[in-house]
Amino acid sequence: MAVKDAGRAARPGERAPASRAPASRAPAREPERPERRADPAELIQLLTPEGERVEHPDYPLEISAAEVKALYRDLVIVRRIDFEAIALQRQGELGIWASLLGQEAAQVGSGRALGPRDMAFPTYREHGVAWCRGLDPVKLLELFRGVSHGGWDPTEHNFHLYTIVIGSQTLHATGYAMGIQRDGAVGDDGEAVIAYFGDGATSQGDVNEAFIWASVNNAPIVFFCQNNQWAISEPLERQTRTPLFQRANGFGFPGVRVDGNDVLACLAVTRKAMQAAREGQGPTLIEAFTYRMGAHTTTDDPTRYRLSAELESWKLKDPIERVKQYLIRTEQAEMTFFDEVEAEAAAVGSRVRAACLQMPDPPPTSMFDDVLTTQTTQLATERAGFAAYLDSFAAQEPVLAEEGR
Amino acid sequence: MTVISYRQALHDTLRAELLRDENVFLIGEEIGVFEGSYKITAGLLAEFGPRRVRDTPICEEGFTGVAIGAAMMGLRPVVEIMTINFSLLAIDQIVNNAAKLRSLSGGQLSVPMVIRTPGGGGQQLSATHSQNLEVFYAHVPGLKVLAPATCADAKGLLAAAIRDDDPVIVLENLALYNTKGEVPDGEHVAEIGRAAVLKPGRDITVVGYSRAAVIALDVARRLEDDAISAEVIDLRSLRPLDRETVCASVRKTSRAVVVEDDWLSYGTGAEIAATIAEGAFDYLDAPVRRVAAAEVPLPYAKPLELAALPDAGAITRVIRQTLEGN
Repeated sequence: MAVKDAGRAARPGERAPASRAPASRAPAREPERPERRADPAELIQLLTPEGERVEHPDYPLEISAAEVKALYRDLVIVRRIDFEAIALQRQGELGIWASLLGQEAAQVGSGRALGPRDMAFPTYREHGVAWCRGLDPVKLLELFRGVSHGGWDPTEHNFHLYTIVIGSQTLHATGYAMGIQRDGAVGDDGEAVIAYFGDGATSQGDVNEAFIWASVNNAPIVFFCQNNQWAISEPLERQTRTPLFQRANGFGFPGVRVDGNDVLACLAVTRKAMQAAREGQGPTLIEAFTYRMGAHTTTDDPTRYRLSAELESWKLKDPIERVKQYLIRTEQAEMTFFDEVEAEAAAVGSRVRAACLQMPDPPPTSMFDDVLTTQTTQLATERAGFAAYLDSFAAQEPVLAEEGR
Repeated sequence: MTVISYRQALHDTLRAELLRDENVFLIGEEIGVFEGSYKITAGLLAEFGPRRVRDTPICEEGFTGVAIGAAMMGLRPVVEIMTINFSLLAIDQIVNNAAKLRSLSGGQLSVPMVIRTPGGGGQQLSATHSQNLEVFYAHVPGLKVLAPATCADAKGLLAAAIRDDDPVIVLENLALYNTKGEVPDGEHVAEIGRAAVLKPGRDITVVGYSRAAVIALDVARRLEDDAISAEVIDLRSLRPLDRETVCASVRKTSRAVVVEDDWLSYGTGAEIAATIAEGAFDYLDAPVRRVAAAEVPLPYAKPLELAALPDAGAITRVIRQTLEGN
């Protein structure tokens, strides 16, 4: 741009291009372009990968040792639940599992920033948020084992059901947030919504339409994008030419990028955005810059499309290790604390595993239950016919036994 | 003839068509670097490069629309929609653009586009990922909908679709990808809109397509042991539909059963039953019967999913009932 302009003479009455500024202002500066601000300043961080506490002027965070230790406990336990679920899938006990490995801080930091009356709309990977909302992880496994549709009551913990279709929940969440406005629950002591999605979903129309609706309606919603760098095998650079958080500008609301592996920064940034939404200041897009350290789901093998060196570099930014280092270096925790958390996580893992193995298969006729809110003649007939068909096998069993089958 | 898998037949045909016609290109999610969610496009990015094999973000409406634009301008895009379930995101582009541009432009434009997409259940992929939505498209004038059941048709119908000047949806099936069968060597382009008699018979006509046709054929062969001679018709093309082959068969056998993996109501079975009523009513000795999936969102739990889908047992039972005339 500057080179091209430099060779062009300004017409009469036209302002000189910025690159032709008077020599007295040397050195010549690039025209101010907000979207090209330096990258390091864009990433909000309160805890470095080495476990060093740093301050950010916009996000002061007063946090006690007990609170940091509680976050550490959350991080370790949700990683353990995830580990257990992957193992269960590998053993044939779950149909599929979407791992959160590497994204624990983004989920726990944002999850712990929510108030009890706030509503969360998850994707299918928000196991850490589910934990923070008080949902028993066994409920998650019921879903992935296929013994329950839905799995939980969304109103019980203000945690919506997992959404499998990519991006759909951002529109649902926006509608919910508009409902809060309609109820007059914005302002002092207000409520807000947080919508989770990934970098992959940002290519979907639904997400962009949700941004528009939320923006023009000034809805009390926080869009929390966990940018884990990969949409299955599609890398971020093949999905966007703009840092994702900057897209918010075009929709007319603020966007921020936070270190998604820094639980303290995710907590502080989400708290501020949620509070702004509750007070009626409208939506915020938070891009939690993180990394999917595992596979997209258990059906995926990421070694086919990404380099192991990339994973190794992100291991150095592990979201759990930095909290541990911080607690150790500031002498806020004894080693016995870490042992206790490990033991508790192991106990949660064992409990989840045992519960999973004991889940009964649903009765076959249950598939007719929830097709419609009212039974139609057709459904009732089909259900009765199917039940009779099943019963016919019970009647035949002695015959089969006689035939030595 | 060479025996290869359905998956291999699709792959080899895509490769042959890419080699044959410079205007053919592939576009879709995960088809390049990842080599396809079901590996139909394995090796094609490496061989043909990103200009001919284009990975896309997750935006079915977007890339289907892009492909329609490319087709209008003379290219021959072969779109992979990862499963037919996701085609719902693109249905406006397919139904309101691809199917109608020829007519709305007064014949000035055509859309020589293919959408390859697998449907079907049985893979424990749950309700949103196991549907048979092909009748949505078979309902729409301006589209063609092909459903290869055999490996030979996987080649012949896909090649025909790519060379056709109208938008064609080629319905694949997750349960068929690993099946093997004889495939003609060299050039093999099937005729669009012609059903096939997979097995001749005298006593009853069994009509199916895609996976259902394969199961129906298996059942018919086994019924030979009980001296029941069933004729099996594979529709191959849902739109245009070869009604005459179906009616000719029923005029011979006087009885018919239609098998579909889809839900019963408003399905292919209804269309075939009506076709028989209109074209062979006076020849019928029993009501036409349908075998279809339970009318529920397909369950994820394995035993429930198996219970909901039509299987050989259900088809056998309904064939016997139809032969008994009740």
